[in-house]
Amino acid sequence: MLAESLGLSAILFAIGVAGVLTRRNAIIIFMCIELMLNAVNLTFVALSRYYGMAGQVFVVFVMTVAAAEAAVGLAIIISIFRHRQTVDLRNINLLRG
Amino acid sequence: MNTYSLFYQFHFYLFGVVAIVAALTFVTRRSPVAAAMWLIVTLFALAAEYIMLDAQFIGAMQVLVYAGAIMVIFLFVIMLLNLGAPSEIADARGLWGKLLGGFAALALVAELGVLSRTGIPSGQYLVSRTFVEDQITRYGAVGAVARPLYRDFSLAFELTSVLLLVAVAGAVMLGRRREPSAG
Repeated sequence: MLAESLGLSAILFAIGVAGVLTRRNAIIIFMCIELMLNAVNLTFVALSRYYGMAGQVFVVFVMTVAAAEAAVGLAIIISIFRHRQTVDLRNINLLRG
Repeated sequence: MNTYSLFYQFHFYLFGVVAIVAALTFVTRRSPVAAAMWLIVTLFALAAEYIMLDAQFIGAMQVLVYAGAIMVIFLFVIMLLNLGAPSEIADARGLWGKLLGGFAALALVAELGVLSRTGIPSGQYLVSRTFVEDQITRYGAVGAVARPLYRDFSLAFELTSVLLLVAVAGAVMLGRRREPSAG
């Protein structure tokens, strides 16, 4: 089941990348990043059967980082929304020259 | 190579198809709430895949942490900012953006497919073939993950607590409402 797992992981990661590149809603882009992290987790779990338990331990760390990232990122989104009243990335162009 | 029963294979493919279809539906929804719900379906299907890949504890963590905690934060924020209406959100980018996104996705799939065919020696085990199953029978589903976590990765585990502390402090600081005169 290694090849199937890696293929599924690749497809899910690509869907996440396509979502990040095509959507403009900041919250949906964040959820696409979560999807990409999950695709990587699937790779870790599938390979942990071949290379030992370390893969599953890495998944625990990735989940922790994802939780921290979601908390900080959503706080940033709330902060931006207070200033701009929108989460549309077209309107958040303060750094554009 | 291990041989898997037809029952196992059928459900492995079934949950894989569910995950892909739900993920595709997720990136194409306009409403953020519907997108979040479809992402939860993907996460549940992935939890089933983890359990079928001898990672029962990770599967339970997936349901509890991802579907239970992280996605609830997302839904809370959508609710808090009142973004549930589909008309309020931005539509997808224009034709060029869609083409670029689709092309990048296809290139990634092709690249990862080639890599998984050539880069990884298929069926080559660095550990014994039933290593993970043996660990789970000996130490239990939680103990099999906890032993390497606390023995080999204890420093990383401690650093994780620092990361969480920083994240909590940062989230509180960023989410704090400023004084009206300052803003």
